[in-house]
Amino acid sequence: MSDNTNKPKKEELFSVKNRKLLSNPMGKDNPITVQVLGICSVLAITVQLKTSLVMAISVMAVMAASNVIISLLRNTIPPRIRIIVQLIVVASLVILVDQVLKAFVYDVSRQLSVFVGLIITNCIIMGRLEAFALSNKPWPSFLDGIGNAAGYGAVLLTVGFFRELLGSGTLFGYQVIPNFLYNIGYVNNGFMILPPMALIVVGVIIWIQRYKNPELVDVS
Amino acid sequence: MYSNKYIFIYSSVMVLIVALLLSAAAMFLKPMQERNMRIEKMQNILASINITAARGEAEEMFDQYIVETKVVNNKGEEVEGNAFDVNLQDENRKAPEERQLPVFVANVEGDTYYIVPLRGAGLWGAIWGYLSLASDLETIVGANFDHASETPGLGAEISQTAFESQFAGKRIFNEAGVFSPVAVIKGGAPEGDLHGVDAISGGTITSNGVTNMISDGLAVYESYFKNLKSL
Repeated sequence: MSDNTNKPKKEELFSVKNRKLLSNPMGKDNPITVQVLGICSVLAITVQLKTSLVMAISVMAVMAASNVIISLLRNTIPPRIRIIVQLIVVASLVILVDQVLKAFVYDVSRQLSVFVGLIITNCIIMGRLEAFALSNKPWPSFLDGIGNAAGYGAVLLTVGFFRELLGSGTLFGYQVIPNFLYNIGYVNNGFMILPPMALIVVGVIIWIQRYKNPELVDVS
Repeated sequence: MYSNKYIFIYSSVMVLIVALLLSAAAMFLKPMQERNMRIEKMQNILASINITAARGEAEEMFDQYIVETKVVNNKGEEVEGNAFDVNLQDENRKAPEERQLPVFVANVEGDTYYIVPLRGAGLWGAIWGYLSLASDLETIVGANFDHASETPGLGAEISQTAFESQFAGKRIFNEAGVFSPVAVIKGGAPEGDLHGVDAISGGTITSNGVTNMISDGLAVYESYFKNLKSL
């Protein structure tokens, strides 16, 4: 994947290879369902769609920016302290995101509370820095960051969708289960609000994905 | 290979750049963040008299309903100060007679309510809230609690309406007129208990924190309430 360093240029911006960087993490390279990374945040912030969306966007911003920064610095970073450098870049970006959220979407920032800070420890980000950005040019790194964050976000939103719909009867805070259903005895599933159900929903997604794509079955 | 010198210079320069960048961002965004916190405080104060204010309208509604703010001491005398800006965390460290105690007086459709802020300790961190009293200065009208880092689903439930709404109608003085604040009772308060509410299962330490916060927080206002009643 990373052999494009000494090749005669000039590659198109959206060559097949670059497009793969975007699309693979959505499917057979998905960070959550295939690589099983970043599960902690999936459990924590998918009770509502809104927090899921904000988390997905925040992670995308941090991941794309840190991938680009690390990729730009990749030839100057001394290998002995590369993890520290990566951490500092990610941590400062996360603090920036946290400050911006506090200033502009305060309610959401309160709901995400500690989980914004925990983006730092999201293993997907460090994983991509280490595996991709350190040995690739900025543009592919940027695409890789966006692609992986999108793959992460897609799972987050799917889980958030089912948990909010079945757990609270709402989507983005608006009631979607009509009142007459409640009148004839429908009850929100309180279990969906609890973290274990996130794990089960992710499990179902993994199941469906592997059922459709048998080549994944042996991967992990 | 990179020399040690290179590594030291590299990391120092990097840390310097990051520090500059972050402090610049913090300074630039601070006014907006502080405004958000003020608005949240207003929302919480209004919530304790059972008024839900959306973000955009909180400032306007605060001005509309809160007719008077004052600072009192524990003898019940009014002192100088801006009630809204009193930092309860600092005040609670002082001796009771030196504390500045904020009181917010609200007027909702002719009814007068007295709102006092509370602050105490939960299991993991600070808990705080606002308690509103009816004009008899004995009956609780509403309560609003929040917390820094209580366990979600357990202690954190104190900020849910189900817990907060239990406080409405409770009393903080008993029939003999003796100060008897509302306690959060493990195992559930007896039916009709005017001085107790149900605790949260699995949140005993937070629940006890709420009990202590209410009794300590209201005790310093006792003289003020008594003075006001005898007027």
